[in-house]
Amino acid sequence: MYKYILKRILFLIPTILGVTLIIYAVMNITPGDPAAQILGPGTPEADRIAYNEKLGYNDPFLQKYVRYVKNMVVNQDFGISYVTKQDVFAEIWPRYVITLELSFLGVFLAALIGIPLGIKSAVNQYTLWDTIPSLLAFFMAAFPAFVLGLILLYIFCLWLNILPSSGVGTFAHFIMPALAISIPPAAQNFRFTKSSMLESIRQDYVRTARAKGVPEKEVIWKHVLKNALLPVVTQVGLSLGSLICGAVVAEKLFSVPGIGSLIVERITYKDEPIIIAGTILISICFTLVMLLVDIIYAFIDPRIRAKYTNKR
Amino acid sequence: MKTEELKSLNLQDTPGVPLLEIKNLRAIYKTDLETVEAVNGISLQINKGKTFGLVGETGAGKTTTALSILRLLPSTTGRILEGEILFNGTNLLELDEGVMRAVRGGLISMVFQDPMSALNPVYTVDEQIGEAIRLHNPDYTKEQVEDRVDEMLQLVGILPSRKHDYPHQFSGGMKQRVVIAMALCCEPHLLIADEPTTALDVTIQAQVLAMIRELRDRLGTAMLMITHDLGIVAQTCDDVGVMYAGEIVEAGTAEDIFLGKEHHPYTVGLFDSIPNLTSRATRLKPIPGLMPDPTNLPKGCVFAERCSHCMEICKTEHPKIYVNGTHKLCCHLFDDKLKQN
Repeated sequence: MYKYILKRILFLIPTILGVTLIIYAVMNITPGDPAAQILGPGTPEADRIAYNEKLGYNDPFLQKYVRYVKNMVVNQDFGISYVTKQDVFAEIWPRYVITLELSFLGVFLAALIGIPLGIKSAVNQYTLWDTIPSLLAFFMAAFPAFVLGLILLYIFCLWLNILPSSGVGTFAHFIMPALAISIPPAAQNFRFTKSSMLESIRQDYVRTARAKGVPEKEVIWKHVLKNALLPVVTQVGLSLGSLICGAVVAEKLFSVPGIGSLIVERITYKDEPIIIAGTILISICFTLVMLLVDIIYAFIDPRIRAKYTNKR
Repeated sequence: MKTEELKSLNLQDTPGVPLLEIKNLRAIYKTDLETVEAVNGISLQINKGKTFGLVGETGAGKTTTALSILRLLPSTTGRILEGEILFNGTNLLELDEGVMRAVRGGLISMVFQDPMSALNPVYTVDEQIGEAIRLHNPDYTKEQVEDRVDEMLQLVGILPSRKHDYPHQFSGGMKQRVVIAMALCCEPHLLIADEPTTALDVTIQAQVLAMIRELRDRLGTAMLMITHDLGIVAQTCDDVGVMYAGEIVEAGTAEDIFLGKEHHPYTVGLFDSIPNLTSRATRLKPIPGLMPDPTNLPKGCVFAERCSHCMEICKTEHPKIYVNGTHKLCCHLFDDKLKQN
C-alpha cells in the first residue's frame, strides 16, 4: 500500500512538468513581447530590443522553458509581473490560499449537501424524500453560480442582514461565496450518489446480505454504501475543478481577492508570468486532489488495491 | 433477544408438522405498466431432513417462490397476494420484520444462483461469513466467531488460511463454496439452493453438488433444491415438483416422477429434451413454443398452447388436480380417473 502511494506521488512529477510545458508553450506562441508590456507604449525600439534581450525573451523555447522550471523549482521564482512589476509568487500566493480555502470549503459543502441527500433519496425511492431533492437538484445543476450568489446576497445581506456582503477576513465572509459555488456541484454529487446507490442496491450481494438476516440499516450503510462510494469519490474530486472555475464568479461577486479573479483581470493586460504561474498552481492543486482520490479508491476497493500490491 | 422471540413463536421443530408447507401461494410483480403473475397458487410440503426439488424452465417462478419464503421479493414491485407459508406450523408471512430477520440465515438460508455476484466485493470472506454468525449468535466472542469461520471454511473445502482474501481472489467454484459456508454457518433447518451449480462449469458442478449433498446429510438440513436440471433432481431429491408458468403441474416422490407411468405432458417434454446416450438421435427434442406471457396467462391450462395432447377443454377450463397416492397431476388427460375416484 505504501509502495502504491509512493509510486503515485512520484508519478506527480512528470504530470506537473507536462502541465507546465503545455501552459508555457501556449502562452509562448501568443503574440506580444514583455518589453512592450513592461516599458509601455512609446518606448524607443532600441530600448525594447535591449530589454527583451536582457530578459532572455529571444532565447530558444526549450532553453526558456528549462530556465523557467529551474527557477520555479529551486527558488519559487515565477518571474516579475508585467503589470505591477512585483515578484509573481509574492503577489499570487496569498490570493491562491484564499481561493483554495474557498474552493475546499465549497467541495466540503457540496459533498455534505449532496451525498447524504443522495443516499436518503435512493433508499426512499419514489417517496417525497426522493422526488423533492431530485427536482431541486434538477434546477440547481442548471443554475449559474452568479444567480445563486445574487439570491444569497439578497437573502443574507439585504433581508436578514447576518452575513458580510464582501471582502475576506473572518469565516463569515466565506460562507456565502462558498455556498454559491457549492450548490451546482452539490446537485451533481446528489445525482451521482443517488444513481450509484440505486445501482448498488440492486446487486445480488445486497440480496445475499438480506438473506443472511442483516438489518436493513446495516445493509445500506455497510453493504450498499461502500460499493456505491467509488464513483461518488471521483465526482467529488472532479467537482474541485468546476468549483475553482465557479470561484472566479464568486470572487468577483463577493469581492474576494482570489487567484481566479486575478488571472481573469491580468488576461486583459497579457500579464504572462501571472497567468502561467496561476494556472500552474491551480493545476498542481488539482493533480494533488486526483492523487488523493486514487488513494481513497484503493482504500475502498480491494480489487484496485490488488492491482498495485504484490499480495496474490 | 430475537432468538428468544423465535422460541416463543414456536418456530422450532414440532413433531408431526412438516418443516415447510406452502399453501396456495400467489406472488406477482406489479409495475405501473403491467402485472407479472409469477407464482399462481402453488402448494408444496417439505419434511424435516428431506430434499424437495423444484424443476422447471427459466421464468417458471422458481426463484420467486424461494424469495417469497424468505420474504425477500423486491420491495418496490414484488407482492404476495395470498397463501400461507408455514414453517413448523407458523405462518412466515405474518411475522414481524425483526423476527423474520432472525429466521433469515438463522432457520432458513439461501444459496444463490450466481456466486460471482452473490458476495460483496469490498469485504473479505471471513468478514462476510462472520457477519452471519455474529448476527444469529450475539453472545459469541470474537474468538468463537473466528473459530466458527475456520470450521465452516474447512467444511466446504477451503483452507482457513485464505479467509482474509477478498471474493475476487477466488474462482467461481470457490466462491460458491463460500456462499454455501455462509448459508450453513448457523445450522439452518432449511436450505434453499437456487440453481446452485448453474453458473459453474460441469466439473465444478459435480464437486459442488456432491459437497452440498454430503453437508446436507451430515447436518440433517432439509433442502429446497431449485433447478432446471433433471439429473440434479435424480441425484439429490426425495420429492419433486415440476413447475410451469407459476404452477406446479406435477408433483410426487422422485420415484413417481422418474419411474411413474402417468405424467403431465410437460414433464414428458422435459425428459424428452434431455440428450439420450442410448438412442443415436443427432438432434435434441425440445418442447416447441415458448412459455405463455406471465402478464397475460391463458384462461385454461397454462401448457395448452405447447401441448401435443391439447383438447378443446384445455383451452377453456383450468384442470383440476388428480391425486394418485403421493403423485399429483394437474392435467385434463386424467379427468376420467378424477371422476372415478
